[in-house]
Amino acid sequence: MSYKFHQFQVVGRALPTESDEHPKIYRMKLWATNEVRAKSKFWYYLRKLKKVKKSNGQMLAINEIFEKNPTTIKNYGIWLRYQSRTGYHNMYKEYRDTTLNGSIEQMYTEMASRHRVRHHCIQVIKTATIPAKLCKRESTKQFHNSKIKFPLVFKKVRPPTRKLKTTYKASRPNLFV
Amino acid sequence: MPFKRYVEVGRVALVNYGKDYGKLVVIVDVIDQNRALVDAPDMVRGQMNFKRLTLTDIKIEIKRVPNKKTLIAALEAGDVKNKWENSSWGRKLIVQKKRASLNDFDRFKIMLAKIKKAGVVRQELAKLKKETA
Repeated sequence: MSYKFHQFQVVGRALPTESDEHPKIYRMKLWATNEVRAKSKFWYYLRKLKKVKKSNGQMLAINEIFEKNPTTIKNYGIWLRYQSRTGYHNMYKEYRDTTLNGSIEQMYTEMASRHRVRHHCIQVIKTATIPAKLCKRESTKQFHNSKIKFPLVFKKVRPPTRKLKTTYKASRPNLFV
Repeated sequence: MPFKRYVEVGRVALVNYGKDYGKLVVIVDVIDQNRALVDAPDMVRGQMNFKRLTLTDIKIEIKRVPNKKTLIAALEAGDVKNKWENSSWGRKLIVQKKRASLNDFDRFKIMLAKIKKAGVVRQELAKLKKETA
């Protein structure tokens, strides 16, 4: 499973000056498609929080963070701040996924489809793995059932490879299971 | 009219698209409406979209997300391999695979066997026709 958004840990600080020999070091965890973008995002956020820019700062470390348990299902809660056509809003969204990167990707695509918010207008405030008891959204809570059982109602038969796809078919497909 | 094959923990499904095409996998948990956590003895447990799965009639008894050992034991206990290979669907797939892997000599042998079989059938038919005529 390749994800578009990777999680990075970026560490940086302001450059040492005569008045401040050991400036404070700041560490951020953020999502970006690649390392270059992650560094840029880091300076963007740091500028908003502290009086430091890329020109008078230095990057100390950037590491990619990978999912510890990509084979278990977790409920992720994501707090975000996004810009709509009329102003900034905060939001809390829940996703069920195996990896944090997967849920972040789900979040970006859902925000784009449901609210027409593009990726650069979204700021992830916080993410957390939520235990099942504390989930707030019905759409995630409905899967918290150890004896879950449902039929697949609509069955579209696909050719097993894209090569075997044809524009015209001889007969109408049977969509029942 | 009611549904017979359900997505549930322990349902055996056939992968019909993608890298693991043709494999039998077990649905080990449901992530959300479109995806399931899926496991097989020879693959790492991973997620798969329901669009890539075709459910079979076979179901094994497991709890949600068993570890690999328990899964393999449950597959043995449920006798999935034999049930699959004796089912008409499983047999058809085996025959398809065999046909696709024939070389020219095998096809020649099959041609001879078909001619022989057709000859025997025609003899029997001629016999029956003579009796009724």
